[in-house]
Amino acid sequence: MANYISITESEKKQMLDAVGVSEIEELFGGIPEKVTLKAPLAIPHGLPEQKVFAKMSAMAAKNKVYRSIFRGGGAYRHYIPAVVDSICSKEEFVTAYTPYQPEISQGVLQAIFEYQSMICRLTDMDVSNASVYDGATAAAEAVAMCKTPRKNKALLSSALNPQIIETVKTYCFGSDTPYEILPHTDGKTNVDFSDSDASCIIISQPNFYGVIEDVEKICENAHGKGIKVIVCCNPISLALLKTPGECGADIAVGDAQPLGIPLSFGGPYLGFMACKTELTRKLPGRIVGQTTDTRGNRAFVLTLQAREQHIRREKASSNICSNQALCALRAGVYLSAMGSRGLERAASHCAAKAHYMAAELCKIKGVSLAYKNEFFNEFLTICPKPEAALSALDDAGILGGLVVDGKVLWCVTEQNSIDEIDEAVGIVREVCGK
Amino acid sequence: MTTIFERDNGAENEYLGECEVSYKLDNKYCRDKKLKLPGVSEGELCRHYTQLADNTYGVNNGFYPLGSCTMKYNPKINEKVAALEGFSDIHPLQPKSTTSGAAEAINLLSKYLCEILGMDSVTLQPAAGAHGEFLGLLLMKAYHADRNDAKRNKIIVPDSAHGTNPASAVMTGFEIVNIPSAKDGMTDIDKLKEAVGEDTAGLMLTNPNTLGLFDKNILKITDIVHKAGGLTYCDGANQNAIMGVARPGDMGFDIVHVNLHKTFSTPHGGGGPGSGPVGCKSFLSKYLPEGECSIGRVKAFYGNFLVAVKALCYITSLGCDGLLSASQIAVLNANYVMSKLSGLFETVGDGYCMHEFVITLEKLKSETGINALSFAKALLDEGIHPPTMYFPLIVPEALMIEPTETESKKRLDDAIEIFKDLYNRAKAGEDMHNAPKRTYVSRVNEVAAARNPIVKA
Amino acid sequence: MSIKFTKTHEWVKFTDDNTAYIGITDYAQSELGDVVYIRLPEAGETLTTGQPFTDIESVKAVSEIFSPVDGVVSESNELLDAAPELINEAPYDTWIIKAENINKTAEFLTEEEYNEIIKG
Repeated sequence: MANYISITESEKKQMLDAVGVSEIEELFGGIPEKVTLKAPLAIPHGLPEQKVFAKMSAMAAKNKVYRSIFRGGGAYRHYIPAVVDSICSKEEFVTAYTPYQPEISQGVLQAIFEYQSMICRLTDMDVSNASVYDGATAAAEAVAMCKTPRKNKALLSSALNPQIIETVKTYCFGSDTPYEILPHTDGKTNVDFSDSDASCIIISQPNFYGVIEDVEKICENAHGKGIKVIVCCNPISLALLKTPGECGADIAVGDAQPLGIPLSFGGPYLGFMACKTELTRKLPGRIVGQTTDTRGNRAFVLTLQAREQHIRREKASSNICSNQALCALRAGVYLSAMGSRGLERAASHCAAKAHYMAAELCKIKGVSLAYKNEFFNEFLTICPKPEAALSALDDAGILGGLVVDGKVLWCVTEQNSIDEIDEAVGIVREVCGK
Repeated sequence: MTTIFERDNGAENEYLGECEVSYKLDNKYCRDKKLKLPGVSEGELCRHYTQLADNTYGVNNGFYPLGSCTMKYNPKINEKVAALEGFSDIHPLQPKSTTSGAAEAINLLSKYLCEILGMDSVTLQPAAGAHGEFLGLLLMKAYHADRNDAKRNKIIVPDSAHGTNPASAVMTGFEIVNIPSAKDGMTDIDKLKEAVGEDTAGLMLTNPNTLGLFDKNILKITDIVHKAGGLTYCDGANQNAIMGVARPGDMGFDIVHVNLHKTFSTPHGGGGPGSGPVGCKSFLSKYLPEGECSIGRVKAFYGNFLVAVKALCYITSLGCDGLLSASQIAVLNANYVMSKLSGLFETVGDGYCMHEFVITLEKLKSETGINALSFAKALLDEGIHPPTMYFPLIVPEALMIEPTETESKKRLDDAIEIFKDLYNRAKAGEDMHNAPKRTYVSRVNEVAAARNPIVKA
Repeated sequence: MSIKFTKTHEWVKFTDDNTAYIGITDYAQSELGDVVYIRLPEAGETLTTGQPFTDIESVKAVSEIFSPVDGVVSESNELLDAAPELINEAPYDTWIIKAENINKTAEFLTEEEYNEIIKG
């Protein structure tokens, strides 16, 4: 049994003497007898590390690790340079708390500041926070930022990832915020602002179906009605696609999992949030700012804290009091390692290979694109026998696309080689093409 | 330190080869503004982050008695296990039949947490303690709404509460009723009785509380709230004091969250990722995200799964007896330090503390002008991470000290000597207003940072 | 132009019967510490006696400012956007809002009465 305790029996005795008790149990005398446990917890006895590892490894071995994945839907397998794991396992970063004491936390503060800077450059927005739990909660927090005493209704594109829609709905239930789900036509959000009294609209770029939305147009129309625009983006696509900033969005959010964070069965991931300067004080979560120390040296510190719950308490707009710092570090290291050209290349791989696969799949009889609009690296196909095709792929160690309303949503990244794509298409052809 | 942008010399690393196929997106979809990420070689990148790590202080650097945060040792085996491909490289949307190991991990951890907390169901979805509070309060909201009891819109919160409690209550549409604590640091029973009524949705209480004291009236407290028709929420931030000793479920709490990154040894990572599972009694289970009358999801997928794996690994290592020892030694360590410091510093509450205690420097401040902030900054020069400062709000010039069970007696003795030495130096007239002096940067100008925010390079 | 005070640490200077400048007292700014931000209300916002019309932030605190009158905001002191420290440096020369259409007020205190209160 491990418990990571350093105190030896003889030290324990010395300490009990110093405190003035003979048994450790006396220290718990303030707990009423009635609520004190009378029996040990019904949890097995502890195990030595070797046995723990064996037990946990056996559990891990029951999960299937695919050699090839063509599924996205909010979680993406991209290549993670070895340097990311190496740097992010440094103990100082791993075992530090939130940097409340800036004098001994310049490293983590600067790392977050650099992360914020990179998010601003990717999204072309003015201010980024230090991150939130994930992309779905980032979207939900962004809705809260847009509420005013007069307007609070949120418009949600039905082409958002369902995980995002469900999360935003829960937050709306909490804060009694009305919302409306907007339909989509041919995979693109269909918006009519003519008599809208909404405070904001959330759309995704590219959207759940992989389709590239007309964000610029939506921003123009929404702003005409005083409606703020929140764009959920795939960070890798931002190396290629028109940025939320260029389109005129007010807030850019998203999940930065594609930036060096493994699939991890859905978490921990990394929610990024960036906005225009005017909204800075509505931005929830931690923000690192640059300042100087008393000697005039550059220094970094958590700033604009009066927005936050530990000061504002019930008047705070969000209760968040952490960020995903270690995941933000991963994203920062990933982006720095890849550089502009590396990220652009990753994005080009994604788009090029996805279009190659889509074209190959559409050569199969009965397979066609569900929407004719342009896409990035995910696309929806009509497929005659989706379940059978996916099952055949699975047998070959390939995780195929995601079934959505009887159609198949495919995702291709730089991790999928042309040979792999050809193999997968061949399997689908075997099943569907006859 | 040089920033990564200042190191940019246009170097390029080669991680991905040329793409065998090409596709040109129409220009109308493409960004015009050139992307400007740092261009540094991998070697320079490593040096950059090594320098940042050198200027970061973690639990493995030294004593970290940050009250309410449970900065215990983060076992290496947890990291090794979480990094196994079978956990880290599985897709959240792959077929359920291919993730039975993940389901087993989730179910087993949920079962253990139910047992430790005395609850009937647990969800692992919340990503942090505050996120758990949010979910827990939504359970209350759904419960009252289901009973057509919508007039219950007030949450009672004691003035010693974490700031997240009132903030979470407001995010879930409730109003706050603050009640003052009694002189002994416990909940003021009379004030609670006055506060409850037909509009009470529930009570949020941290127990052991933020003064490091176990509320001796806990059964009476939860009973008062229940009799008034409200529900009871336990902020389980201080669970490290009572594992295997007492359970929130047996104290009359209906809902509780715990922080896996505090009690269950998963690393804090400089601010996250954490995990804040929520447990509840069976009559509320159906409202959990996974339940049949679900409040909905609060996060994508299954929560911070890898953090849950680490916590499971920890519980498996310690077992029932190890968890109990952890709490016992956590409480012993805190009492040991308190007993050694109480001669010089005024502590809050009488009798023994739980896993943490609060000292007030009010007297020292009035005698010497050295306040809790300066004292904390002076500790930095001695290689100690300061305790939590100025919390709870009800104690003036507070320092909240939580040593945790994984500290050695030698570390505690050294820290005690440092506290005493600083106290004596302050009394002797040493000026600590300019502390720290030996850290990488000296005291930081927070006013300038907030007045003229520079938040990106 | 005489200056009047409120129990909640605001000051009011009337320019005529229904127009006045409003700020916070020296005591209020010293309790708050270095002011880093104040949200400036927009012209036209309604003021209700005893209700907060904005809040003011220092690094470690945030505090509401209560309206001492019923009326309407006619102007906010734009200088405070770039230089919130003016409130610390010259609290009685630094107005936050100008109110007009004043038809009701709080119970004001004289300087002497206010000084008694803060002596507490």
